[in-house]
Amino acid sequence: MLTSSAVKFGDLKKGTRARVVSIQETEELKRLMEMGLTVDTEFQVMKVAPFGDTIEIKLRGYSLCLRKGEAEGVIVEILE
Amino acid sequence: MAAVSIRTARIAVVGNPNSGKTTLFNSLTGSNQKVANYPGVTVERVSAPLKLGDRTAEVIDIPGVYSLDPQSEDERVATEAILGLGSEPLPDVYLVVLNAASLERNLFLFSQLAETRRPMVVALTMGDLLAPQGLELQVAKLANLLGVEVVPVIGHRSKGLVMLKEALERQLQNPKPADHEFGRPIAVETKVASLRERFARFGWDTSAQEIREALQSEGAPLDRKVEEVAELAEALTVARRELAQLSETRSEVADRYQWAEMVTAACLTPTGQPPRDLTAKLDRVLTHRVFGLGIFIAIMYGVFLAIYQLAEPLMALIEQGFAWLGETVGARLEGNPMLQSAVVDGVIAGVGGVIVFLPQILILFALIAILEGSGYLARAAFLMDRLLGWCGLNGRAFIPLLSSYACAIPGIMAARVMPDARSRLATILVAPLMSCSARLPVYLLLIGAFIAPKYGPWWAGFALFAMHLLGFLVAIPVVLILNRGFLKGKRLPFLLELPPYQWPKPRDLFLAVWFRGLVFLKTAGTIIFAMSILIWGLSYFPRSEAADARYRAEIQSPDEQAIEHHIEQRRLEDSFLGRSGRLIAPVFEPAGFDWRITTAILAAFPAREVVVPSLGIMFSVGGDQDESSPDIRRALSQATWPDGRPLMTPWTAVGLMVFFALCAQCMATLATVKRETNSWKWAGFMFAYMTLLAYLGAVLVNQLGRFLGGS
Repeated sequence: MLTSSAVKFGDLKKGTRARVVSIQETEELKRLMEMGLTVDTEFQVMKVAPFGDTIEIKLRGYSLCLRKGEAEGVIVEILE
Repeated sequence: MAAVSIRTARIAVVGNPNSGKTTLFNSLTGSNQKVANYPGVTVERVSAPLKLGDRTAEVIDIPGVYSLDPQSEDERVATEAILGLGSEPLPDVYLVVLNAASLERNLFLFSQLAETRRPMVVALTMGDLLAPQGLELQVAKLANLLGVEVVPVIGHRSKGLVMLKEALERQLQNPKPADHEFGRPIAVETKVASLRERFARFGWDTSAQEIREALQSEGAPLDRKVEEVAELAEALTVARRELAQLSETRSEVADRYQWAEMVTAACLTPTGQPPRDLTAKLDRVLTHRVFGLGIFIAIMYGVFLAIYQLAEPLMALIEQGFAWLGETVGARLEGNPMLQSAVVDGVIAGVGGVIVFLPQILILFALIAILEGSGYLARAAFLMDRLLGWCGLNGRAFIPLLSSYACAIPGIMAARVMPDARSRLATILVAPLMSCSARLPVYLLLIGAFIAPKYGPWWAGFALFAMHLLGFLVAIPVVLILNRGFLKGKRLPFLLELPPYQWPKPRDLFLAVWFRGLVFLKTAGTIIFAMSILIWGLSYFPRSEAADARYRAEIQSPDEQAIEHHIEQRRLEDSFLGRSGRLIAPVFEPAGFDWRITTAILAAFPAREVVVPSLGIMFSVGGDQDESSPDIRRALSQATWPDGRPLMTPWTAVGLMVFFALCAQCMATLATVKRETNSWKWAGFMFAYMTLLAYLGAVLVNQLGRFLGGS
């Protein structure tokens, strides 16, 4: 296993590689899943925007920006 | 066969945002596009005829969507157009645009579209972005896996386009519906395969589709068939139960992506060349926390400067042109003063007042098209998201808000970049609070007359700066309140794709600018024009020679010009507009405005900058005043109330500036809001709330001045 521990999406730092462990099936997070952030998806945190919160992740070959605060229902594990 | 093509065949261009959909649409159809609105909503319907062999089809550019499960109003309209649920019938053929550079995610939408079992052709865009990533795409394999024709198109190159048209023509003549069940690819298809095998053992030849239907719902035709054989009925029930259990743990979305992963893995192969990721390199600087912000500020300053400076000579030219036209035409109508005034002050001034905004609109939209087409706009929204996010907007709102500092009209039109109807409306409603260039003459006049002479250039500069900041500061609580109470609809989570950097396509740029300009002239223009005529009528009538003679008799002066100015003033005073000014003057008294200022404010309803010449008329120094004319500055500072108190103190002057900073005295803005929100309701709401704020602001300043004894 490459995994270490499950953390909240909001705790991710720049450069971290992570995998989605679970994602709440809420109205708000549905679109996030439709954009490709489904369970088992691996992604990397590319950038954190100035003043925090908004981050850029790379998944499925493309770049997506989202707000940490709006992705609280996403639990991830950090890949070493 | 019965004739099929009585009506025009319809081809819907469907794809994700950033898939190159509009670029493809533009290169297919050129400039004979028709821009309209879907009924009842603000979503634009862009369509164009396309010649395919000996028939002509209608191609519709459906707004980009990520999924057929809509979350916003715009997405709902797009989905309804795709599925034929709205005001229009189901399209005959889908032209599905797949972006090769983000194929996996694009395939998600494809998997939903394919389930409609409609004829479709896939256009594969941005294949040229794969090589720098060290990847190549096996097109034939992809076509095979998708079960539809796949045509690679790169930008505007004609080879792909010809093949695409041929493929579309084939689908129109001989439709071959896509047939795939993508939803639960592995789980369902394995069940389907194993059930089919068991059925075959009983000597039944059952189609895969028949089994899929039976798995989806009980009571399918197959259920009746299997009743005879208990073992098969049992197998079907078990399969159903297992799938139901599965769907509790795995989502449909995940299943679709599993399929997309499989297809992508099979078709995208490494070339062996090391990747040269230019986008990542550029982003290292452009979205950097410090440098990124610096570059952003520099670029935005450039945009602002361009709207402000580049447009100015063009606007001056347009104004001169219309002034010349007015004089020339006016001279010909010398014999009929009413017709002369109607044509010159009403029609020509009205048309001029519309056209004069074109340079700003065209320049702003050209710049937005460049920023958007290159991919930078998304980066800027990423950088700005936090700043605008905390008051309920998001990073994309900066373009409309910043542009509104030059002029609210292109700013409001630019609010289309907002992703959902609610934040778009919030942006539109506060955009006119930003201090546009038309307020500048008002500030310059009043600061020049009341602040600069008394308090010096430091305070004058500060006053000008404060006036520009005021609108923005007021906008923050307004957005917060609007979001709390007034605006309905979901606020969607902020999700933003950062597409790879690209050169903007000149054709897209040209078409974006062209249609924006056209839309403005056609819709906002007609309203502005009608309102100009109306306001002209109110300030012209009633007028008679008898009244003019009476005005002349009121004044004894050797100076013919002074007499003219007096007559001009009395005419406006006695017009319907002037009478209204007198009528509502008591309302403005707490703000320290008398009936003359009130009438000038009313006369400036079409455009706030008109207040300067209107004040000129009302204070009997003539209507040809501009903000730097000494006459009007002197007239204003010497004006008194009937009891001899000075009319204007520095406080009243600031109050008047605050009024113009916050009011919605701009018909063009209101007309644009009507056009962009598709209802007078929001235009009316904007006018009401801004006027109220402006009034309260002016009263507050004046009362504060009195309280502090500054007057």
